[in-house]
Amino acid sequence: MWITRVLSTAALMLGLAASPAAADSTPSPGASEDGSAPTAAGTSFRTATEIEQGQTATANGSAGDYLYWSFPADAGQRPTVSATVKLPETHAAETWQIDVYDGLRRRQACQYGAQTRTAAADAASVELACVLRTVRAWSEPWANDPLPGTYYIRLTVVNLAASDLGLPVDASVQVGSKDIGGSAAVDGSLAHPLVPGAGAVSQGGEEESTKEALLASLEPSGGWASGWWSDRWVWTAIGGMLAALAGVGGYTLTRGAGRPSRVPPGA
Amino acid sequence: MITRTRLAAGACALLAALTAGLAFPAGALAGEPTGEDAPKVNLVLDVSGSMRARDIDGQSRMAAAKQAFNEVLDATPEEVQLGIRTLGADYPGDDRQTGCKDTAQLYPVGPLDRTEAKTAVATLSPTGWTPIGPALLKAADDLDGGNGSKRIVLISDGEDTCAPLDPCEVAREIAAKGIGLTIDTLGLVPNTKLRQQLSCIAEATGGTYTSVEHTDELTDKVNQLVDRAAAPVVTPVATEGAAACAQAPTLKSGLYTDREEFGKQRWYRVDVEPGQELRASVSVGADRAVNPSYGVLLRAVTTHGREIVRGESAGNGRTDVVSTGLRYPKAESDEEDAPAEAVCLQVTQSFSAASGVQTTPGLPLELTVDVVDAPSEASDVASFGLGRGWWLLGALILAGFLAGLVWGWLSRWRVAVWRTN
Repeated sequence: MWITRVLSTAALMLGLAASPAAADSTPSPGASEDGSAPTAAGTSFRTATEIEQGQTATANGSAGDYLYWSFPADAGQRPTVSATVKLPETHAAETWQIDVYDGLRRRQACQYGAQTRTAAADAASVELACVLRTVRAWSEPWANDPLPGTYYIRLTVVNLAASDLGLPVDASVQVGSKDIGGSAAVDGSLAHPLVPGAGAVSQGGEEESTKEALLASLEPSGGWASGWWSDRWVWTAIGGMLAALAGVGGYTLTRGAGRPSRVPPGA
Repeated sequence: MITRTRLAAGACALLAALTAGLAFPAGALAGEPTGEDAPKVNLVLDVSGSMRARDIDGQSRMAAAKQAFNEVLDATPEEVQLGIRTLGADYPGDDRQTGCKDTAQLYPVGPLDRTEAKTAVATLSPTGWTPIGPALLKAADDLDGGNGSKRIVLISDGEDTCAPLDPCEVAREIAAKGIGLTIDTLGLVPNTKLRQQLSCIAEATGGTYTSVEHTDELTDKVNQLVDRAAAPVVTPVATEGAAACAQAPTLKSGLYTDREEFGKQRWYRVDVEPGQELRASVSVGADRAVNPSYGVLLRAVTTHGREIVRGESAGNGRTDVVSTGLRYPKAESDEEDAPAEAVCLQVTQSFSAASGVQTTPGLPLELTVDVVDAPSEASDVASFGLGRGWWLLGALILAGFLAGLVWGWLSRWRVAVWRTN
């Protein structure tokens, strides 16, 4: 903690603005334009409801529905998706699952968290969580690393008794993220974050971009990080300064302590 | 005087320009340059004899449905064109042939007159058979035309009584027409068979199935579905992939749908200029009973057959879609006017139909293609080659200290040499 404080103080003293990535890490809950969290969910990738990080989105559905949400995540963030499903009063044991997909609809692995959980018969609710890997600014096209862009959440029941199909359930999902910072910084960046429909919008120009229906339109509060900033600049700069100081120290060691003692004062 | 007039005219012109500038974006939003038509919803209500049963909150199923419809009609958004179709409302007799044709448009799909629609609903009384299949076919015809979103909400309390026309297959055929129609189903106090049939219909078109046992549940759900229809969505463009790259259609950035049969492959082409990045993702939907293990493979291949990059995904268990994606940044070319590369996209899926399930039409496939600008390749794993951490600081301090020592000794030695000389 001390280190962080010193480093951030140093960063401020150096006159460097706070990093955009750090500013993104804790968006306020009421960050959306109208200030209200969505109360419905989509039923496919195409119709996924967009939510912002920090919002708690709720939805009424039926057991058996596939509920979709999407949220933006930027480089250096490690998103955590958590979901709570309120189950009907009486039901048999059922298994719920959340899956997270990136902007290219590639399934993203959860590092930890109960991604799949079985609710015992008549349990009131089931809670799920998925901690994603840290979003990187760039990766090779052959890799499946999480990249800045839109992420999809799919919540569904994967195993249920036939008699429970279609019973009403209430779901709520929340996305938060931890700012991992410079330890995950890589060289390179994407020209556009992995937001579906980016190509169509850039091709159509102004006229198209005003159209109401977009596959994804949300950005992190503060916009997408440009990718050049990381706390590695601070570390390296401080390292350079300390090295210079140590150099001066080493040099003075070889010179002895100031003026020779045998020289009389005023000579 | 003249100056003043000129000033006034100038101010007017400036004001006009400003107003025009301000008004333009608003006009563009309201005018919807996309050419999207009004969303259409057709409520299909079962009015068969079994709707007399009094088991929803102490009142009959019919009464519950009427109450729910009245509330839904009040809450329907202005822009939605709503229609109501009934099945089994008119023929009370025993003749199957006639009973199975008994479906009628109670209120035509169009701008909603709430009073008129409510009056029409009030006249209904439980009567005849349950011809779900024929009713769905007719309901789909009612919604024909326009490119807005289309939705059928089917409310029934009993399974189809008009075999052999399986309503589930009817639904799949309607979906395969590519008119972007979704069927949501609601079962009133359902039994196992009804649940199975209605969820099969919903699954076939990407809709949802809900069991209803209370009036307020029915109202809420129908309202939710009507609102869902009103929400703006991107409508995909129907395309047809080829069996080989040479005949494949060339796609631009956008959202496409297609159908892919079991064991077949689909090819598409995308032109990628040097310095652009191709991003493609595909999802194949399971719109019928399929075996529990499945997968999808999307490959980007050169016209000569060399694989550039692939995306693959596999899974097991209950699912609606299996999806994957890929990206291919094409490096900048040194040549002037370097030609665009035709990249072939190959989609294969390894779903297998459960026994006794029809294999035609093919599974629904959704393809997104984005061609965006790409930056140059990254050169280092670390960010700009910068470092961080205590080891880095230690190493720098040590190196600096050693450099200082060496510099100090060197200068002392030089001074000593100079003195002796």
